[in-house]
Amino acid sequence: MNTEGIKDLLYKMADDQLIIGHRNSEWTGFGPLLEEDIAFSSMAQDKVGQSYQLYNILNELGEADPDTIAFMRNADQFHNCQLVELPNGEYDFSLVRHFLFDTAELLRFQMLSNSSFEPLANLSRKIKGETKYHSMHANIWIKQLGSATEESISRLQSALEYALPFALGIFEPSSHEQDLINEGIFEGEDALKNKWIEVITAVINETRLSLPDFKSITPVYGGRMGKHTEHLQPLLEEMSEVFKVDPTSDW
Amino acid sequence: MYGGGNVFETMKATALADEDPVKLAEFEARIDRGEKIEPTDWMPQLYRKQLIRMIEQHAHSEIIGALPEGTWITRAPGFKRKLALMAKVQDEVGHGQLLYSAAETLGKSREQMIQDLISGKSKYSNIFNYPAFTWADSCFISWLVDAGAIVNQVANSKGSYGPYCRALERICAEESFHLKYGHHCVIHLATGTKKQREMMQAAVNRWWAPMMHFFGPSDKISVHSEILMRWKVKMASNDECRQQFLDMYVPKIWELGLTIPDEKLKKNQETGQWEFTEPDWEEFKRVINGDGPCNKERLAVRRIAEERGRWVRQALLAPKSKYVTPLA
Repeated sequence: MNTEGIKDLLYKMADDQLIIGHRNSEWTGFGPLLEEDIAFSSMAQDKVGQSYQLYNILNELGEADPDTIAFMRNADQFHNCQLVELPNGEYDFSLVRHFLFDTAELLRFQMLSNSSFEPLANLSRKIKGETKYHSMHANIWIKQLGSATEESISRLQSALEYALPFALGIFEPSSHEQDLINEGIFEGEDALKNKWIEVITAVINETRLSLPDFKSITPVYGGRMGKHTEHLQPLLEEMSEVFKVDPTSDW
Repeated sequence: MYGGGNVFETMKATALADEDPVKLAEFEARIDRGEKIEPTDWMPQLYRKQLIRMIEQHAHSEIIGALPEGTWITRAPGFKRKLALMAKVQDEVGHGQLLYSAAETLGKSREQMIQDLISGKSKYSNIFNYPAFTWADSCFISWLVDAGAIVNQVANSKGSYGPYCRALERICAEESFHLKYGHHCVIHLATGTKKQREMMQAAVNRWWAPMMHFFGPSDKISVHSEILMRWKVKMASNDECRQQFLDMYVPKIWELGLTIPDEKLKKNQETGQWEFTEPDWEEFKRVINGDGPCNKERLAVRRIAEERGRWVRQALLAPKSKYVTPLA
């Protein structure tokens, strides 16, 4: 079994879930309506909880415990895609990111439910059940706001154009790609990307929004290799502010 | 989370003069029998007005209360605390949603209530006008402010208005988990390293005065309304709630080796009542009327959230938007 390849895959997924969960939780108290406040908070809990479970598998593979991994690394040691670390901005960007990211996330965990790496397959079956609702939530709102007022349509369209290059960064290939495919661990980022394009196109086609030609977009890569925007380090510093007062004590 | 100290409307002696005496007698008889009043039942205007005010203040307290604790979600130390605090604050916002709905059954819309909050017309629990400086402050809130809220809310859940009572029952069940979470956090700090213990003690010192204010002015000076008690709008006096809180929690605080910044605080064994330094009610009034450390900031945050979310709410009203069936 290709342990290095599996660890690389687990790190990027766990880091994605932790950082997007953290960003979602920042909506607590500030949502455009109470129901959305609650929804983002609920998804945040799922995602942070999922990252914890993924870090647990890493722990079983010999990495540090989840708290140490999550709270003690610097930005250049994180493997999340840059899309998830971008600040929440307005609800338009947060919603579009939620739609683009969660669609990929759901498809990824559906694919991984058949992974030959048993611990990941088991966990993915659980996660896909939770993520299904996140994706339904995103689709409902994209359809609703993407067809409502001139303002909501133009806001979503701009957010979509801004977010898409980052969203393609989700699928940044790793050097272990072929090994993971050969061993039946993961079908690979390319296969995932193709399915993702199909699904998001179908949803966007039900709205008054439009998608550019994907071939014309240059993906923003780097996140998977530890290269991040200026937004990640401050997020991590905030996250670990209390923990680092004394990382060895019980909080 | 909500305490006592409700700001009720000033009542004129003639407030009931326009009510039908037969209906009024029937209404009071139902309350005496312990029946619940439901939204479509007849009720005096004054009852409706005071209830809207009380439930609305409670709802505002939930969503404003989410702010001082919410700022610690992104800084909570470790997975366990981060996940629990997220869930806890989400509950509080959920309570707000539940309570706005309960108040809406009496005829005031959520939009109008939020407008009145932002304009400063409606009040909310005074304690949230104080800042949560450290992680230990957020632990104090989760344990003891929630504990105080439970004392008040359990009493009110026995009140006369059906929708409010049912909302409170659900709320109290959730609050009891918050209390356990908060207690757990405080135990870890109070029995932890020197730094952690100091942090926790400093939080107790900071929050004790607002906590004593939480239940509202002493019965000796508060405008006491016999009719609100008779109609089971107000179920326990401010002093009764404060005494009950002290009785239940002071021993637990002392047990952890923490001190309480009030030299006079002790239980009088003869009367069974707690004695303490009279809280500064002038400060309470000053803060509730807008001059506390965080009043302006709390309302500004709410106002900005409302403004930033306006386009979303308008888009939901747009006739062109696609109708979506519920998920389940």
